[in-house]
This record gives sequence, structure tokens and C-alpha cells, in this order.
Amino acid sequence: MPTLTFSPKDRYNAFITTLNEAGTGPGKLSGIGIAVKDNISTSGIPTTCASRILEGYIPPFDAHVVTLLKKAGAGIVGKTNMDEFGMGTTTENSAFGPTKNPADPSRVPGGSSGGSAAAIAAGMVRMALGTDTGGSIRCPAAFCGIVGHKPTYGRVSRYGLIAYANSLEQIGPMARTVSDISLLMEILTAYDPRDSTSINCPYAHTPDPDVHGLKIGVPEEYFGEGVDPRVASVVWEGISLLERKGAEIITCRMPSMAYALAAYYVTCTSEASSNLARFDGVRYGHPADTKLQWHESFQDRRRNGFGTEVKRRIMLGTFALSSGYYGKYYAKAQAARQQVRTDFLRLFRSVDVIAGPTMPTVAFRLGEKTDPLSMYLSDILTVPANLAGIPAISVPCGTSEGLPVGLQIMGPHFRDERVIDVAYAYELGVAR
Amino acid sequence: MTETAGTTGQENRVMDFSDDEVIIGLEIHCQLDTLTKLFCGCSTDYRDDGPNTHVCPICLGLPGSLPRVNRKAIEYALRVAKALNCTIIEESEFARKNYFYPDLNKGFQITQYDRPLAVRGYLDIEGDDGEKRVRITRVHVEEDPGRLVHKGGADRAKYTLVDYNRAGIPLIEIVTEPDIRSPKEARKFLNKLRATLEYLGVFDSEKEGSLRVDANISIQPKGWFTREGKGKADRGRAEVKNISSYKGVEKALTFEVTRQKNALRRGQRLGTETRHFVETRGITTSSRSKEMEQDYRYFPEPDLRPLQVCSWAEEIVLPELPDARRARFLTQYGCSPIHARTLTGDLRVAEFYEHIATIDPVLAATWVADTLLGELNYRDMGVSRVSPESFRELIVLVKEGSVTDKGGVEVLRSLLDQIKESGSCETPGECVGRLGLRVLERTGETGADDDPVAKAAREVIAEQPQAVADFHAGKKEAFNFLVGQVMKKTRGRAKPADVNQVLSGILGKEG
Repeated sequence: MPTLTFSPKDRYNAFITTLNEAGTGPGKLSGIGIAVKDNISTSGIPTTCASRILEGYIPPFDAHVVTLLKKAGAGIVGKTNMDEFGMGTTTENSAFGPTKNPADPSRVPGGSSGGSAAAIAAGMVRMALGTDTGGSIRCPAAFCGIVGHKPTYGRVSRYGLIAYANSLEQIGPMARTVSDISLLMEILTAYDPRDSTSINCPYAHTPDPDVHGLKIGVPEEYFGEGVDPRVASVVWEGISLLERKGAEIITCRMPSMAYALAAYYVTCTSEASSNLARFDGVRYGHPADTKLQWHESFQDRRRNGFGTEVKRRIMLGTFALSSGYYGKYYAKAQAARQQVRTDFLRLFRSVDVIAGPTMPTVAFRLGEKTDPLSMYLSDILTVPANLAGIPAISVPCGTSEGLPVGLQIMGPHFRDERVIDVAYAYELGVAR
Repeated sequence: MTETAGTTGQENRVMDFSDDEVIIGLEIHCQLDTLTKLFCGCSTDYRDDGPNTHVCPICLGLPGSLPRVNRKAIEYALRVAKALNCTIIEESEFARKNYFYPDLNKGFQITQYDRPLAVRGYLDIEGDDGEKRVRITRVHVEEDPGRLVHKGGADRAKYTLVDYNRAGIPLIEIVTEPDIRSPKEARKFLNKLRATLEYLGVFDSEKEGSLRVDANISIQPKGWFTREGKGKADRGRAEVKNISSYKGVEKALTFEVTRQKNALRRGQRLGTETRHFVETRGITTSSRSKEMEQDYRYFPEPDLRPLQVCSWAEEIVLPELPDARRARFLTQYGCSPIHARTLTGDLRVAEFYEHIATIDPVLAATWVADTLLGELNYRDMGVSRVSPESFRELIVLVKEGSVTDKGGVEVLRSLLDQIKESGSCETPGECVGRLGLRVLERTGETGADDDPVAKAAREVIAEQPQAVADFHAGKKEAFNFLVGQVMKKTRGRAKPADVNQVLSGILGKEG
């Protein structure tokens, strides 16, 4: 088996683990080195979720997507940095230190898949895998000036993805070009019965840039309060380019956006509080202290193993699920989530795709977002797609203050092909 | 922990307890006898293997693993739901029950909560006052957690080991309405339920730890539980957790009835409490650990889709169940109602009986239901240890008169002892020969010198002059005594009819 050598200078702290040599084989991705976010299990390679609590854990199995990449001939060259367990929008919440944005090293790369985005933006790898629970692929793609796609929920198997919020998250491709995103989608969508929430819907598609007659919905809320006017104007220009290519722009409304962020944070913290309960030091990772009573040892392990943001979210989720509060929070969040879904389904009866900015601002300065709430607010434009389970891509559409801005395109369930086509049309239009 | 805990105050008012009623509801967990676990492909046949040998990333709860429902387990649960006359829920779902414990691989148990597989059924049992219906509240599916092993005993162990072989074994939880009125009735319900589950082919009661019961028990004024009685004060209740045997349930509940009655008689008000059954001492103790009071934060399992299995249930054809088999035994074999009930109360016994019923159904019924089961029970053995062919041979010997009933019992005891000791036994014919139990054949006319029965009779008459005198004085019992003595002398080998004939012949002549 031919091997690939990989010995990059990791100036932006994009990687947690790098492999100097990676085996490759024949196939559609033959000889291509791919970086994998460190919450995706890789057999024999430490998988940390950027958390101390998984220190020393080496998965005995590959995630389904990793198996697929290997089968397609790719070499896994490293595991990328991220916000601990995917909880963050900046890749600053990592036990291995923050990743820096190659476009401006004083800025964050976005998160939580910031390491994957930075590795691509810095030219260290051609493509990478990220995961997107509330924007974690699209946000860093936008901030670093690359392409990132969150597939339809259920299109890519989550087997081997260390869960943060199961009902929201998807593994997805990140790359410099839309064509590479499309190529990765062909590989990643091979069906896996081990994930009961996945659906057998392979992606076999070559991007088509023709947008003649395509109806693009633009929700007012995507250009409303909190969205930097300079970012808004860059994105509007991008949308206008598509109009010039023959698409029809239809402004619309998405009233459920008012509840989206709250519904998202209640749902993801609730699921996380349960998912992260297994990290108790009994079976893997740093071993529990057997001198203590079991509950003391668990407390000890979890107190020292998890970072601040993770503990905050576990506590929020534990509260939201508690008896007496479930109806007030979790159940309401699910109702709001249903409204978001209904809003999208309604819009998709009259438009083919929906477009808007990926992030309300450009990349923050490192250390700028100290207040968790203001960081949560920056997810407002990405979380609706996760709540509804629809595909959404972020494609670079120019700069504001010299920093990359992302154009987000969302489509109906299982129409990843259409979303990728529109992004491709934009990419080609800019290139010309 | 204290045995009389759970009393929360004093009642000064004198209460009348003459019209009390025991109210019991059960929550039963049974392991479904599938080949593989509920959410992974690991084998469920772990009992004879070393710890943590039947595990994989899924049942160890390794990060990134995902559960996948074993279709067979759902089918088994549906069979149970159908046999218990339940309504299958159109769309049921799995939920997570969140709590921390070292044997819990994921920090939560996948179970069902507000949308269980099936609801509202019933099971008819032979209750304290005849046939009665116990209503079933719900039936749901869940995974078994792992097991803790305290080396050197729970109290003295310096550390505890965890074995995840059991983690992920499919369980069904069956919850009854509080329709049971005595510990004995609870036992009868469990026996009927066990028989039903075994007839369905979904449960093996002989596997260690395959059944666990939580029992809710209270003593209330009669009619308290009916609509009219709702206004009366609730006297409190106890939930006895984790009873792991059929006998244990009756024992624990009997202890609770006494404990609660005594407390009420002393004027104490019983609160609602969780208690623990100490099998070795036959008592329950209050368990006030915080664990029991915790909030499980149930929410729908996001890694699994809702179950829509009504159509599966429709396709299931139930096998013959205990009640139907009992009715058939009455008509087909002419069994007595009591024998029919006993024989059909356990699938293995019913099948064992049907194996040998052809020789002489009524004789076989008596031998299986009355003799064999008693002897097995005495030796704490299951019927599966006995070969039906061997037992059939014994019945044939009894039927053709080669061995008397009494001799037959002696042979059976010897054979069972051999099985218990070495796992196998000689043939009944060999056993009869070895023990010299072959029936004494009469070799001549009554009183002939070489007739062994007559010889024994003459000896007894010579040894028992008093009894002979009593007989001649008209005491009928004396004759029976003499018959008994002859039987004893022949070690049960003489046919009672022969003994009667010979004795009355000799005594008549003398008279």
C-alpha cells in the first residue's frame, strides 16, 4: 500500500494529532490526505474531542465515514482541533489551546470545526471532515474562507461520531472548492445500517452551475437585527450575482427564527447532558480513583476532566430535563423546533433554496467573546438548518474588513445536490 | 437500615382493622431469551463464560457507538403483549433513563417511558377466591445494565469489579394494576405469568437472574381502592425492590403484611417508602439511599426511531397457552381438573406429560402431577433432568403390575437420587431388579407352602397373636394392620389384592 508523508508546520494549531505517514489506496480519493475532526473515531489513533476527559482513549474501531474514506483510497493525516465536544463557536474551548485563523492569526477560525477549516485554509490539507450541530462546519468555513457543507440529517452515518447532540448533528465535508465537497459527498453518503437515524440515499451527482429559473428565498430575518450591515451587504452582492445568472430572488419571512436559538440551546444541552454521562473513568480514558467511593470518584473525574463550557452545558441540559422543568423547557423546545421545520417546509413550497449570510459577523478576535450568551447569539443563522434537519452549505462570497464572509444556501430535505449546485454556480460566477 | 422504619407519625385514634384488605401491584422484569442482545450482535449466552467476554463497543457504551434495535426482541415482547391481551401502541418510542452507576455503561439506560410498547391488558389466574383477572398496566422493552462483583462479599470487599456481559440483554417490564390481594395470589400470578412466557418461547425461567420483581404493597380499608372508597385516607405503602425469585416474592410480601399490620395496630402511620428484600433472612429493610429518590430526567432516545410495530403484532400467531392446554388435557386425556392445572402450569411438565400420556393418560397424570413433581421438588430438581423415556418405562412396569405403586415410588426415588448425584441413572427395569422390587408372583393356591405371599402371611400371623385375636374379636382395623405387616415383610413387593386374599383365607380357616 502506498503511503503519504505528512509533516506540516502547524502554525495555527489546527491539529491535535498528526500522522507522519498515512496509508492510501486506489479509489476516488486515491492519494489524498484528509484531516478528520477529533470527535470522529479513528481506530488506533487517539480521539480526544479536545477534552482532557478522553486523554489516553484510543478507539478500537473506525467511524463509518473513516472506513469509507480509507476505502476510497484517502489517507488520514491527522485529527483536528475543535471546541471541546463541539461546544463552541470559536475553537477556543479546547484542552489543546485555541486554533488561529489563517486569514488573520489574531482572529478565531470559528468553531467548533475550527481545526479542520484552518488546516484547509492554510493549505495543509485539501479536504477535511467536520461535524455540524448548530453551525460547526459552516461557521469556521465562513470565517476561514473555505467551503463547508452540513448534509441533510440522516444522509451521513453518525456511527463513530462521539455524540454531542444526536438529533442535530451531522458529519460533513469541508474543502477549498465546491467540486471537492461534491466528491466527498459521493463517498460519505454510503449507507450504514448501524445508524438507525440514517437513510439509504446515496449522493451520485456532478455539480451543475445552471441556476436559470431557480427561485431563491431570502428571509428578512437573515438580514435583521444583530447582523453586521457590512456582512449583509457583501452577502446581498453574492445573491445578486446569482440573480444575474438567471435566478429569481424572492424575499420571505421566517417568524420561527424568534425561537430557534432558544430551542436549539435547550435541545443540544439536554442531549449533551445525557451523552456525556458515560465519561466516568470506569471503562476508558483516565482511570477513576479506586480509593474513593464510586460517586466521589465520578465527581472527581468529571470535575477535572471537563472544561468550563462543557460543564456549563451539562448543567443547563440537566436542569432543562429535570422533573417539573421538562414541560417548560425540553417539551417547549421540541414544539418550537417543529415550528422551524414547518416554516421551512412552507417556504420550500414556493422557493427552491433559501439564501443568507452564514454568520452575522466576520471572525471574532481571539478572546473577544468572553460572555457565553453573546457567543451563543452568533449561531442564530446556522441553527435553523440543524433544527429542521435540512442541508446547508457555506461558500466564500468576498470579504468585509479584509476578512472572509460566507454565503449560506439551504435546501429541502435530501436535496443536498441542489444546494451544492447553487454554491457551485456562485463559485464559478465569482471565478469568471 | 432498620426493620421497622418508614413510620412517620403516631395516630391516637383507635382504628378498626378487621375489615382490611391487602393491595399488591407488581412490576416484573424478565430477560427475553433472544440469541443476541437488544442493541448489538453480542451473544446473550454469557452465564458460563468469563467476565466481559460478551461485549462490543455498543454494549460497553464506547463513545461513538450507536444502538440498533434487535427485531427479534421486539417480536418477543409483542408476543407477550398479545398473550397478555394488551393494546399495542401505534407509535411507541425508546427513552433514556439517566442516572450514574458503575454498572451502567452509558450513564443512562435505554428503556421506554411515556410511550411504551403496549398497554391495558390482563391475565386470568386462579386467585384466592377462584378465577380472577389481574389487569396489566403496561408492557415495555429495555436493556439490562451490567453487573457489579464485590470480591469477598458486598460488605467486606476492598474493591468492586464490573462485568458488562449482562449489559444490553433485552428485558421486558410488565406492570400490573394493584389487583392482587395476598402474597399467595402474587405467587400464583407469577407462576401463571412464567408459564405463559415459557409457552410463548420467549423466556427461560431456569436461567439465573432471568426474573426480577418490584412489589408495591399496602393495607387499606376494604373498598379503598374502588371509586366509592377513594375518599378514605391512604394508609401508605411500601415498594419492595429487586426480589429475584418466585418464592422470594411471596416471602417478602408475607413479611410486609405482618410488618405493616403491626405498625398500623400500634397506631403508626406508614409513609411511602422503598424497601429492600434480604433473601437470606426473609425480611425487608428500609432503603433510604438518595439513589432511590432521584430524578431520572427521561427524554426520547435520539439515536433510535420510534417503533411502529402494530403490523408486526398482527402477523404473530400465538401458540397454545396454558389455559387452552389445560382445557385440552381435560377433554383429550380425561385428567382431573387439579391434575390438568398442575400439569399445564409449567411448559416442561406439560410436554413431559404428553410424552408419556399415551400409555395410560390418567395413571400417567397421577404419576407426574402427584409423585414425580413432589419428589423433584423435594430434591430441588427440574423436570428437564428426567428423561421421559425412562419415566415411561417405569409407568409401564407399574401398569403391567411388574412393580407395585409403592415399589414404583421407591424406584423413582432411587433414580432421581442417581440423577442428582451423577447426572444419569440406570433403567427402571435394572433398578427394580437391583432393589428386588419385582412383584411377588403367586406360585400356588392360597396357603401353598412355596407361595411367598402365603409364607409371609403365616409368619405375620405367628408374630402378631394380639392382632389376630383382635381380628377374631371383630376388630376390622386389625385386619388392615396385618395386611400392612405382610406388605412390610415383602417390602412392598406383594400385590395388595393377593395379600388380602391370602390373609383372609388363612384367618378364615383358623376362624
